[in-house]
Amino acid sequence: MSASSHAILAQGLQKRYGEKHALDGFDLAVPQGTVYGLLGPNGAGKTTAVRILATLVRLDGGRAEVAGYDVTRDPRKVRRRIGFTGQFTAVDEILTGRQNLRMFGRLFHLSPARAAARADELLERFDLTEAADKGTKEYSGGMRRRLDLAASMILAPSVLFLDEPTTGLDPRGRNEVWTAVRSLVAGGTTVLLTTQYLDEADQLAERVAVIDHGNVIADDTPAALKRRIGGDQLEVVLDEAVDLPVAVQAVAKVAAGEPEVDEESRRVTAAVDQRVSALTDVARTLQDEGIGVEDIGLRRPTLDEVFLRLTGHRAEASAVGDQEHTEVSA
Amino acid sequence: MSTLDQGLDAPERRMYWAVTDGWTVARRTLTHLVRQPANIAWQLGFPIVSVLLFGYVFGSAMSVPGGGDYREYLMPGMFGMTMAMGFMNTAYAVVLDTTKGVTDRFRSMPMAPSAPVTGRGLADIVSAGLDLLVLAVTALVIGWRSDGGFWATLAAFALLLWLRFALIWIGIWIGLMTPNEEAAGNLFAVAFPFAMISSVFVAPSQMPDWLGAIAAWNPVSSTVTAARELFGNPAALGDSWIEQNAMVMAVVWPLVLTLVFVPLAVRRFQRLSR
Ligand SMILES: Nc1ncnc2c1ncn2[C@@H]1O[C@H](COP(=O)(O)OP(=O)(O)O)[C@@H](O)[C@H]1O
Ligand SMILES: [Mg+2]
Repeated sequence: MSASSHAILAQGLQKRYGEKHALDGFDLAVPQGTVYGLLGPNGAGKTTAVRILATLVRLDGGRAEVAGYDVTRDPRKVRRRIGFTGQFTAVDEILTGRQNLRMFGRLFHLSPARAAARADELLERFDLTEAADKGTKEYSGGMRRRLDLAASMILAPSVLFLDEPTTGLDPRGRNEVWTAVRSLVAGGTTVLLTTQYLDEADQLAERVAVIDHGNVIADDTPAALKRRIGGDQLEVVLDEAVDLPVAVQAVAKVAAGEPEVDEESRRVTAAVDQRVSALTDVARTLQDEGIGVEDIGLRRPTLDEVFLRLTGHRAEASAVGDQEHTEVSA
Repeated sequence: MSTLDQGLDAPERRMYWAVTDGWTVARRTLTHLVRQPANIAWQLGFPIVSVLLFGYVFGSAMSVPGGGDYREYLMPGMFGMTMAMGFMNTAYAVVLDTTKGVTDRFRSMPMAPSAPVTGRGLADIVSAGLDLLVLAVTALVIGWRSDGGFWATLAAFALLLWLRFALIWIGIWIGLMTPNEEAAGNLFAVAFPFAMISSVFVAPSQMPDWLGAIAAWNPVSSTVTAARELFGNPAALGDSWIEQNAMVMAVVWPLVLTLVFVPLAVRRFQRLSR
């Protein structure tokens, strides 16, 4: 191991595809034992960054060290220390879960007996023992993703890369995967996970790097990021537009900033710090005043809003108009 | 230096792991065969249906130039056709692994980098051997015989597998260039003429001149003609140089294909890390 206490260190990474700069001076320093989120919309360069760090793609410029070894000079040493779970679940669909893990165990150069024992351990740990001897075609999305995670944990890697581990999963599958990831973290593994969802980063990551156009544009704790964006939003929709001034007044009393008003949709929005009390205060005031409320609620800032705030431009081509997802904890 | 790396990168260990990892990857594909025996049936369905169709439906109307029983003539052709179409299996498996991320997972692991390719090749040869076995049994049942003796018969099957071996590299190369599973379905449009415009069903001398020339120079024809000669089946040899030298060309063609397509396939594989 080198003296570096960083599990992942990337400096000025460059990657071009033709005219397109997939990464353009990408910097990242992930201390050992942390869970780091790489947050950004589609096309921001998340996958490219992870694939370079996992030795799958050559870099055009800059340098990267993973688990103390240079990804370009010592790819084999890096590979012995990392686990990689790509954007799409990469398990053999015809083999059973157990056969998959044994095969990968052998390919990680465990003895047949060790590979078999490790497969059983991991099946147990990822709650797949019951389905162990079924073909993975019969698995749910969440189960397959957990098997995928198990396969990347065979050597108990010191650094684990997860590229959008929950994209495409239903809420239940997402929760299963979150639980699995948390259990890894408890074991001391450094995790770099990419996501398009702020609340996923919030749930899992101690720190988040926001990436846009191949560049890290913010690097902070999820709480600090949300503060910078203005935290949760209180949103009130009225029955009648004439009541808007009263509602604005009520919201202004609890808001952290200036309320925003949209006449046409009869909507008042404002960032709030005290989530629940803000909601109940405004609801009570409006009720006392006898004002008809069509809808009232708390909303997490969407990734779009994070972007708008951090970059001053909207996330292009983002797959994030995903209200349901960002609202789960509202 | 951590114990994780101890001795693992030494040359003799590398050799050991190249072989072991290749075998592990091959075993995976062979396990597929065991878990999905229906696939073998599908794979063999085409040649078996062709045998019945050409042997019995058209067979009585077909004649072999120079004389001989058409069904005797047809069987080695069926063996050759199955080998020729086999490159689709290779290509399809490669497309699936690449698009589903299995190839990436392998590449992110400390295994021998050659193993996905050698393992694929080994498994394909073993499964081609099984195909030949099933076809040969079918052929024996409907009355086909080899009159060539033990060694000549073995040599004929070896030449058939040699062709299949060469096609592994074409399969890998094509598979790496094929963007997705759906596109892989279209490979049939390549495989079909490749197998058909040959001496598999009819002698090139019975085709229009230009087509006959293409058919005669098709590597599949050389292998099939050589197999016919070794089996002692009617071979309907034409006068052209290529037909007269089928035995040599059955060795040379696959060698040439291998020499051309191994570097192409390797280059494609390396391009994955671009
Ligand atoms: N193999 C490739 N060839 C050409 N362009 C690519 C390739 N991989 C990624 N890109 C481009 O690089 C940019 C970043 O892509 P990617 O890293 O996949 O982003 P993300 O994972 O954040 O969605 C995108 O504009 C994408 O189109
Ligand atoms: Mg991506």
